[in-house]
Amino acid sequence: MRVVANGKPREVGPGATVEDLIRFVGLDPQYVIVEHNGEALERKRYGEARLTEGDRLELVRAVAGG
Amino acid sequence: MTGFGFTEEQVQRYARHIILPGIGGAGQKALLNAKVLCIGAGGLGSPIAMYLAAAGVGTVGILDFDRVDLSNLQRQIVHGTKDVGRPKVESAAETLRDINPGIEVVTYDTLLGSDNAFGILEPWDIVIDGTDNFPVRYLVNDATQILGKPLVYGSIYQFEGQATVFMPGQEAPCYRCLFPQPPPPGTVPSCAEGGVFGVLPGIVGCIQATEAIKLITGLGEPLIGKLLIFDALVMEFTTVKIRWDADCPVCGKEPTVTELIDYDMFCGIPSRTQEGDTA
Repeated sequence: MRVVANGKPREVGPGATVEDLIRFVGLDPQYVIVEHNGEALERKRYGEARLTEGDRLELVRAVAGG
Repeated sequence: MTGFGFTEEQVQRYARHIILPGIGGAGQKALLNAKVLCIGAGGLGSPIAMYLAAAGVGTVGILDFDRVDLSNLQRQIVHGTKDVGRPKVESAAETLRDINPGIEVVTYDTLLGSDNAFGILEPWDIVIDGTDNFPVRYLVNDATQILGKPLVYGSIYQFEGQATVFMPGQEAPCYRCLFPQPPPPGTVPSCAEGGVFGVLPGIVGCIQATEAIKLITGLGEPLIGKLLIFDALVMEFTTVKIRWDADCPVCGKEPTVTELIDYDMFCGIPSRTQEGDTA
């Protein structure tokens, strides 16, 4: 199954969740905010939100530079 | 311009704002009456403070504890080569007064901490976050939320920048709604470790200055509830929706953060003393 994360296509397994995807790209869900198909996704739902074919996600990590 | 009490010099200096629909005499007067504090006189703070001064924000505050280093000048355009070794606030204030002698510049040559944050932030209408570390970002977020002041947020890393406006008291998100706790030490690299594309803070800082000027003049729609992401490599701006978290430790329904916290000892960037200890 293919989703688009931060503009790039990603292959994910059947039944994968948003949290699985975050970990797959090497990020820690605690320090990432997610927009899933154009809507802000609450952190407590990362583990239950299932991905479906064609989903669009923006994964944004905390950066602190200035 | 009659009715706004501008001097001849002000009418000339701000002519391009005064004739601009949406700003006009009233908007320029609002800018002249505004007090905006910029935390940090570095990469983000440079364009922020310079554009606020140029725009005629009547009182511009700058806070920074550091001194100008040669390695800053690749991006921190408020300072010049002659300023190396000087306190950043002193160097920045000189530039701002040169850009616009008609405004007041207030400097704080200090590190923001839980002991002084409320006192320093209290007199200002708007606070802009141009700092370079997580401890001060959390401190500024918590202090502005508790004091009820708008915070114009911006941060950068390598080729990537972020900006938004945290507006207290409107069920709008704050920084802790996005990231409830700072990342543990060593998990997020600092600019010093990762490097930064020199023009990047110029772009993000200008966005922050734009948002501050919009808040003051009531122009357009502020960047509230949306996080702007900029990627210099593909030259793309993306806006991501962000939401207020009812469980947020500082602005949620049952706040657990009611006092300011100094995260210095256990946050993303080692403190100077820790670096010294391990050397």
